[in-house]
Amino acid sequence: MSMSMVYLVIAVLAVVGFLLCRARALASAGGEARNLHSLPNYYGWHAVVMTVLPSLLVLIVWLIAQPIYIERQLENYFPPGALEDDSQRTLIMGDVRRVAAGIETAVSRGAMTSDEADALSPEDVRARLAAARIPLGSEVSGQVLDAAQDYRQIVIWGAFGRAALAILVSALGLLYAVSVSNKDFRARNRVEQVTLGVLIVASMIAILTTLGIVLSLVTEAGRFFTMYPFTDFLFGLKWDPKFQGNSTFGLIPLLWGTLYISLVAMIVAIPLGLFTAIYLSEYASPRVRSVVKPAIEVIAGIPTVVFGLFALVTVGPFLRDFIAQPLGLGNSGASVMTAGIVIGILNVPFISSLADDIINAVPQAMRDGSYGLGATPSETIRQVVLPAALPGIVGAVLMAGSRAIGETMIVTMGAGAAATMSLNPFEAMTTITVKIVGQLTGDTAFDSPETLVAFALGITLFVITLALNIVALLIVRKYREQYE
Amino acid sequence: MTDLSSAPGATPAGVRKPHSLYEVDALTKRRNATEFRFRLYGIIAIAISLSVLALMLFTIFSDGISAFRQASLSFPVTLTEEKLDPAGNRNREEMAKVTTIGYSNLLKENFAAYVNSQGFEVEGLTDAMIGDMLSRDAAAQVRNQVLADPELIGTTIDVTVLANGRIDGYLKGRVNREEALRDKNVTPEQLDLTDKLVDQGILTVAFNWGFMTRPDASDQRPESAGLGVAILGSAYMMMIVLVLTLPIGVAASIYLEEFAPKNWFTDLIEVNISNLAAVPSIVFGILGLAVFINFAGLPQSSSLVGGLVLTLVCLPTIIIATRASIRAVPPSIRDAALGVGASKMQTVFHHVLPLAMPGILTGTILALATALGETAPLLLIGMVAFVGTHPSAPIQGFFEPATALPVQVYGWASRSDPAFLERSSGAVIVLLFFLLIMNAIAIILRRRFERRW
Amino acid sequence: MVNKVNNMLDDARLKDRTMTGTDIKITARNVQVHYGTSHAIKDLNVDILNNTVTAFIGPSGCGKSTFLRCLNRMNDTIASCRVDGEIKLDSEDIYDKKVDPVQLRAKVGMVFQKPNPFPKSIYDNVAYGPRIHGLARSKADLDDIVEKALRRGAIWDEVKDRLQSPGTGLSGGQQQRLCIARAVATEPEVLLMDEPCSALDPIATAQVEELIDELKQNYSVVIVTHSMQQAARVSQKTAFFHLGNLVEYGETGQIFTNPKDPRTESYISGRIG
Ligand SMILES: Nc1ncnc2c1ncn2[C@@H]1O[C@H](COP(=O)(O)OP(=O)(O)OP(=O)(O)O)[C@@H](O)[C@H]1O
Ligand SMILES: [Mg+2]
Repeated sequence: MSMSMVYLVIAVLAVVGFLLCRARALASAGGEARNLHSLPNYYGWHAVVMTVLPSLLVLIVWLIAQPIYIERQLENYFPPGALEDDSQRTLIMGDVRRVAAGIETAVSRGAMTSDEADALSPEDVRARLAAARIPLGSEVSGQVLDAAQDYRQIVIWGAFGRAALAILVSALGLLYAVSVSNKDFRARNRVEQVTLGVLIVASMIAILTTLGIVLSLVTEAGRFFTMYPFTDFLFGLKWDPKFQGNSTFGLIPLLWGTLYISLVAMIVAIPLGLFTAIYLSEYASPRVRSVVKPAIEVIAGIPTVVFGLFALVTVGPFLRDFIAQPLGLGNSGASVMTAGIVIGILNVPFISSLADDIINAVPQAMRDGSYGLGATPSETIRQVVLPAALPGIVGAVLMAGSRAIGETMIVTMGAGAAATMSLNPFEAMTTITVKIVGQLTGDTAFDSPETLVAFALGITLFVITLALNIVALLIVRKYREQYE
Repeated sequence: MTDLSSAPGATPAGVRKPHSLYEVDALTKRRNATEFRFRLYGIIAIAISLSVLALMLFTIFSDGISAFRQASLSFPVTLTEEKLDPAGNRNREEMAKVTTIGYSNLLKENFAAYVNSQGFEVEGLTDAMIGDMLSRDAAAQVRNQVLADPELIGTTIDVTVLANGRIDGYLKGRVNREEALRDKNVTPEQLDLTDKLVDQGILTVAFNWGFMTRPDASDQRPESAGLGVAILGSAYMMMIVLVLTLPIGVAASIYLEEFAPKNWFTDLIEVNISNLAAVPSIVFGILGLAVFINFAGLPQSSSLVGGLVLTLVCLPTIIIATRASIRAVPPSIRDAALGVGASKMQTVFHHVLPLAMPGILTGTILALATALGETAPLLLIGMVAFVGTHPSAPIQGFFEPATALPVQVYGWASRSDPAFLERSSGAVIVLLFFLLIMNAIAIILRRRFERRW
Repeated sequence: MVNKVNNMLDDARLKDRTMTGTDIKITARNVQVHYGTSHAIKDLNVDILNNTVTAFIGPSGCGKSTFLRCLNRMNDTIASCRVDGEIKLDSEDIYDKKVDPVQLRAKVGMVFQKPNPFPKSIYDNVAYGPRIHGLARSKADLDDIVEKALRRGAIWDEVKDRLQSPGTGLSGGQQQRLCIARAVATEPEVLLMDEPCSALDPIATAQVEELIDELKQNYSVVIVTHSMQQAARVSQKTAFFHLGNLVEYGETGQIFTNPKDPRTESYISGRIG
């Protein structure tokens, strides 16, 4: 029985339950809704909750438990030592799954009956599957085939058991709901409790996400550090991954590129963003402001890949042809400058709108005080408004810095891939994010250090950006309190 | 207590002579000049940002707009039986044994014969050159047509097939004769012929529907590369994101705004949400790869995984926007509902939520727009891979490999043939078009339902 | 000190008040102020004398602050505000095109209702004006100006040991005196004060009032107040505003003891406002 059938049955049960319980509750009150504890629909919803929620829980638990059970079960087919090694284990389990899936597909395509499938021998399985146009990478050992056959059985029975259990639980829930549906039952309170539970679960998704990020980064990076020394990663001056293994993964060149590009970006973004914010909040007439502010914000609404394309086809070649080559500073279109300038522009609306808020939060009385002493607007801004807004602006700049550090597409398309450490901003350099993309989109096996290093890079990125943001948030919050 | 012995004029620093307001003194002149410069910096800053924006949009539009027009060739083809159906029994299975190479040769011969019959005088033009003006895609197109209708064999049909990318590029001004001398994929003679074919109406340039519908194509066939799979993939992901974020986001926001007690746990959730909003999106890609693909075993490059990852990316923003609009509903409305005996839950679902809905929808659409342009996390879950076939309809299609609009932009931009730059920029135009629509809807919603309490 | 405060609070000296100044500092003729379409000041004429404290009184919203802000063109910072008519400072039209408001405000200083020290040190707060107007040639000069201003603001003794600590850390009354010192430091000729004591307690109010009395020796002081007692205590001339009109203007003693206009009388006796 397929999953969609199961869902369908449960849905039907829920509808039946809704109508039944509603009717029963009404009947117990002699058809008078006024005599019920709750509105009639609540009895219906109570039935829906009871039929759907427990069975869904059962399904979820089953889905999580089944693979774990299968893995345990399959271990029996292999000699104890064969699965010691983690990567070895993933390989073998992968094989088993592939073979099982292959046989299953062959059966479903009608290339063999399920009896024939059960009778397959290690020698002919590859040929038979190939005949059904299902390629298998390598020869299949007896152990793997046995395991695969068992795997198929468990999956088939598992699907059946799961469906049966889910429907059973659903039906029991329905019966329970029907049995309690009478005029004194507090259906509304029950439904509201469940709703509250659902709301709480939904709000915990954020925590689960963070947990997921941290756990996946930490475990995978942990595996990386069993293969590659931690200090070599953190302090290594050379980044040189090789396909055939024996790679060198030094973080420093990537960190250098990341920080250099972010520095250029900030040098571009801070003055542009601040002056934009100052002009808009202190000088611009309401009409100018109502046109220019949304126009600047358009920049923030454009996907970064578009900026990446712009860096690649316009900014890079322009800087190369008109600045780098004439000055003899190199002839690469992709460079720190290219990526830095484009990220800088991207960050202008971010800084300007944060700074705008912050500048507007400086009380008017402060400005009046300054004007009343005969200060010009620019003196007022530089000597009174900005110093008052400084903590908030520092916060905004830190947040923008964290965005620049985490920016991926623009650097992937505009900064290059060479992990060099140079002071020349017209040279191609690379960043942490570029290398994460590079290492994870290659064709290397998932368990190799070449791939796993991406998780170590991910943790580095996560920690840096998180730290910047927390500091920024603290500063901004402190600043807000000052004027509230 | 106070020192009033000295009158203002007598202070040691009383350097300011009494002077008329009508004359501006030197210091004030200098200060005003500074003032002017300062104001100018503001204007310059805005001008720089906006002109870079304008330049970016301009270059991308001028590079990309030509992707919406495409050159194609129309000519008669005689579908000879001995080549296309050697067995002669119109059996599709057997006919399928003739590969595109067979069709390609047939098309080239027919096209060359047709061109020669028109009597164009082009020096140095060989039949092979004429044949190469057809797109590599043409053979597959005609083959499909024949396999769909075997009765065509033996007849002469008029076909309209794509022209080679270089010919297309020549008509769009991307390729010229000098480059053609150096380019092994095109010769000046072919370009001469192109001019003549255009005059004759054999070679025409028309609106390129294929750009919106076809799947991606290999490096050799930029002319047939399209956004079909990417648009479908993006649409699927947006559906998933919408279906997941809206209920989860609303539920979480309702809890945090209306029910959550003030304790360390809800504090933790709050801090979490604001921090997640600032985590670089690529980190969500790593999460997707580790959790959804490697741990949960969901299919790589599928819209499902893409949608899940994008859901996590935009959930924090949606929660922040939703909470803001729930908070904007004045407490008086809650008091009124509670006052007539509604439960807290009823108050929220019957009164607060409907009133907050326009704001929630606006926030959701804007978050979806951001998700639509998100690229980096999708690269990590394998969406950058070449996908040559359209995914099937939902829900099955959610599990099949697809790609996304912004990823396609990146994919094409990283190919070497300049013809793909046109496609890439064209894809940006399509992407921006969708973003524009989404933002317009958000603005209209906001205008329409804007409330002043 | 306490004794002195008590004396100040006793405002029975109205009659024997002498006019210290006689020459006219500011003349306003036919002044009209509009905020967008609302008419805030209607055809106002007044002469403000030198070395005199002039009080503006009247019910809330009658345009006292608005008119006060016209005198140093602070209204320029409000986009919707339009000023017509003629205001002359030492017979020069301050709304003339040639006049730079920056220079005007150096001559006509202002103290606001709520103390608004800058988020800087006490020293820098006071030095701000002299710095931007280039009044000091050296650091020593500036120190001198700051000290003098703080003394005149009657706050020197309280802050002389912590000139570098932030001005926002002072008490409300100290902050307001700091703001007065800040305004005085630019050597203005006229000092405008918009309800300078409304945020202060009675002790601080008394200090500021005492200060105002002393300031009039050097400046022409215009003060907006809601406290009739305060007006009576500190001012020599009083102007009564009502609904954007200047109803009555005259010697403080005369206004308070013998008002000519019935509106003035009912306001002073507490019937309007
Ligand atoms: N910035 C402004 N924009 C529009 N109208 C204003 C503005 N400032 C003041 N007004 C209006 O001008 C009129 C006079 O206001 P003003 O502040 O001068 O009164 P006031 O006499 O100082 O009152 P109060 O004693 O309460 O300070 C009022 O009707 C007020 O609403
Ligand atoms: Mg006022």
